[in-house]
Amino acid sequence: MTRGPEAALLARYEMVVGLEVHVQLKTATKAFCRCATSFGDAPNSNVCPVCLALPGSLPVLNATAVELAVRAAVALGCTVHGTSVFARKNYFYPDLPKGYQISQFDKPLATGGHVTIARADGSTVNVGVTRLHMEEDAGKSLHDRFHGVTAIDLNRAGIALIEIVSEPDMRSTQEAGAYLRAIKQILQYMDVSDVSMEEGSLRVDANVSARRRGATELGQKTEVKNMNSFTGVENALAVEFARQCAVLDAGGVVEQMTMLWDASAGEVRPARAKEGSHDYRYFPEPDLPPLVLDASWIESVRARLPELPQARRSRFEREYKLVAYDVDVLTASPALADYFEAVARATTDAKAAANWVMGEVLAALKSTGATIGSFAIRPDRLAELLRLVRHGTVSHTAAKQIFSAMVASPEAPDAIASRNGLLQVSDDAALGRWLNEVIAELPKEAERYAGGEKKLQGVLIGAVMKKSKGSADPKRLAQLLAARFGT
Amino acid sequence: MSVSSHGRRTAAQIAAGVRAGTLTAKDVVSSALARAVEVDAVDKLNVFLALAGQQATQQAVRVDASDGARGAPLAGVPFAAKDNISVAGLQVTCGSRILEGYVSPYSATVIERLREAGAVLVGKTNLDEFAMGSSTENSAFGPTRNPLSPDLVPGGSSGGSAAAVAAGVVPIALGSETGGSVRQPAAFCGIVGVKPTYGRVSRYGLVAFASSLDQIGVFGACVADASTAFGVIAGRDDRDATTADVAVDDYLATEGSLKGVVIGRPREYFPAELDAGVARHCERALDRLRSLGAEVRDVSLPHTAHAIPVYYIVAPAEASSNLARFDGVRYGLRIEGDGLRGMYEATRSGGFGPEVTRRIMLGTYVLSAGYYDAYYRKAMQVRTLIAGDFRNVFASGVHALFTPTTPTPAFPFGSRSDPYEMYLSDIFTCTANLAGVPALSLPIGRVGKLPVGGQIIAPHFAERRMFQVAGALERALGAEAHR
Repeated sequence: MTRGPEAALLARYEMVVGLEVHVQLKTATKAFCRCATSFGDAPNSNVCPVCLALPGSLPVLNATAVELAVRAAVALGCTVHGTSVFARKNYFYPDLPKGYQISQFDKPLATGGHVTIARADGSTVNVGVTRLHMEEDAGKSLHDRFHGVTAIDLNRAGIALIEIVSEPDMRSTQEAGAYLRAIKQILQYMDVSDVSMEEGSLRVDANVSARRRGATELGQKTEVKNMNSFTGVENALAVEFARQCAVLDAGGVVEQMTMLWDASAGEVRPARAKEGSHDYRYFPEPDLPPLVLDASWIESVRARLPELPQARRSRFEREYKLVAYDVDVLTASPALADYFEAVARATTDAKAAANWVMGEVLAALKSTGATIGSFAIRPDRLAELLRLVRHGTVSHTAAKQIFSAMVASPEAPDAIASRNGLLQVSDDAALGRWLNEVIAELPKEAERYAGGEKKLQGVLIGAVMKKSKGSADPKRLAQLLAARFGT
Repeated sequence: MSVSSHGRRTAAQIAAGVRAGTLTAKDVVSSALARAVEVDAVDKLNVFLALAGQQATQQAVRVDASDGARGAPLAGVPFAAKDNISVAGLQVTCGSRILEGYVSPYSATVIERLREAGAVLVGKTNLDEFAMGSSTENSAFGPTRNPLSPDLVPGGSSGGSAAAVAAGVVPIALGSETGGSVRQPAAFCGIVGVKPTYGRVSRYGLVAFASSLDQIGVFGACVADASTAFGVIAGRDDRDATTADVAVDDYLATEGSLKGVVIGRPREYFPAELDAGVARHCERALDRLRSLGAEVRDVSLPHTAHAIPVYYIVAPAEASSNLARFDGVRYGLRIEGDGLRGMYEATRSGGFGPEVTRRIMLGTYVLSAGYYDAYYRKAMQVRTLIAGDFRNVFASGVHALFTPTTPTPAFPFGSRSDPYEMYLSDIFTCTANLAGVPALSLPIGRVGKLPVGGQIIAPHFAERRMFQVAGALERALGAEAHR
């Protein structure tokens, strides 16, 4: 998708974007029952009377879900309210077992936060977070599994979600993408969600409108759904914005409606009219008392908050003396940052650690498809390798070969080096040089050894070992020494 | 109408007999089952929608086999449960076609608690569909008849459970209350009916009608049996977030005197047009309370007149949402139609009866965008005022209120075809549901052969006071309660 048309349109029209992000919380059990939340299990295997909506069952709130939601809210700078109220959002759909979704409506968990993003020109802007509320997921309708019928999988029904609603503060697809990536990074750092659009643990609905440059009133917005990647969101927004601009250019009026993104066709299509015109008949959920949170408990969540991405970036610059670009790469995900930091601390050479992680490690992840968490070379092993390089035990070139071997083998780097003859000191020339130096430094001992005092072999070899910092091969050294003096 | 050998024993007598070894749970339960068959097959009362013969017999044998179980407070006591309370392995019809074929895979908390206390479930009883009604005429499986006068309604919606106790099948039974559905049939059938404080008894397993009003209640032939059963089912349940963590008292009150007790007589519950017989028996009961040492004080609950309109906004609103799950997708009735929407329409219009349909439509309307503020929000505000009336009167030194349970005794089948007239049957009872306070109905006399119920309303979680007043009044009235 080219951004060319967007740039041209942006000269005449302003794009106004607000995003609704739904995020599955990383709880072991569902929001209102104790069923497992694991992804990919046999359909309808993680279900119980509550999430099947059997007659007479009642919801009981998952305390961990509340803690994760509060952690996310605090991380987004929101005010967490001491009292919030669950509400029923009523609509009929086969994958919504109760006929209503338990959500929050007029009294959400948290309001009034913001996310700082970088604009294309490098300046930063705050995108307001209107509200963050808790709700439950619906099940899945599988239309293509069996011929002619729709199958329902309720494993997902009742999984805890948060919905994060932004202010209409974004002015381009680039800003929308930056906001989504920032939200994803913050939630990853907070360890509240897997934030995977592929697995459906993060979903985005976008509201977009166009107004002529200089206009103060917002244009009529439409809602765009069905995007399955951040790039998809950016592309869908560009296409829908262009469609609205064309309508306005033709003197027409943008109608309020829901558009569905078709990624393969690169098009937006209006959803059936009904989609947009629901009357959800919200009312307070009588089966759950209001959610009352102690101010001191909210503060304790704040106090235990993991390090935020921005804080970590600043600390990396300060502590490891890294340039901004390197810091951005290394802090892209908390797992990568943790990995780098473990290597840096074990080697005390942050620059080398940064170069290796950004170079060899990221390349290996890309080629093997592994995640940093499952990567074969753990940080302590990589640190060992870096130490070998630093101590001159192996050459930089050899180290890259050792690294490749380590991806496939759990062996220690020095063992790999030694087995493959990659130790610099197995080389006779180097050993010979050290030997020459030692003979020059200890001429008497050398003379006595040459004269047949075999016991001085230990003194001479020991001196070489010391000089080589223990990396010389003593067996080879003894052979060279014997050959030198014909003993 | 014949009476079986065990049928008229109180729960206390049965438990004592089983404990002492003079009775076996198996014998007690088998005569209850026989009597249950008799009331429907011979007397045509239409009390039971299902009998739990096999489960009941097996449990009775287990009670008899264990010393520990024989010592339980309700050892061997047969009980019935309204058919909107879930029991694993049994149907739950809610008196509706829409649940056709549905068998619950789990049991309600109240069922588990009664069984742990040694009580044995013998059957599921008839009700107005989804507990919506005051006569049991709205059941898809036909009306239940009043055991005392088969031409009259037993009241509702828990008419089947009330009739099961009144006909001597069981000494105790479970019903459910949303606006008076235990107290009103208790009054019509001449027995005791209890509505707990909201949050006192777990609703887990009770098919919801209006969640903020629903409570499971108990019927007993006498105050003592009702209070024992109530004590067993009361208390916090982790599966119902609306249950309160308030200590459960011993409710078996035996003190005779009511000296120092202040009984409020709310004037709004004694209107000029009150049935003369009902009024006469209420005044007699108030006299008995005075002679027990209580002070009877005239009080006012000024927002009482708004209770019925408020109730008929709040309850249908919640019902419209609670009943959305009966959609033909996962269980119960499914009638195919044109596509998904057609299936929904065919299933729901074919499965729900007219009263349920009326309330779903009413509830959907009052929650609609544009009407929410005018109806639901306003009703909730008035509900707060009604609850405030009770708070104020109890804060003024009044310990409990005494009122008639219903404006009239039991009425004939088909006599209240106007829904609004039927709704007025709950005029004295729905206030306690709206305010969340506990209330009880006990027999205080008869007009002809028709029982009259007197209602005792207590502050939140003050059920002990309620049972104390009821027990003392029951003893003071003695046989007059059934004359």
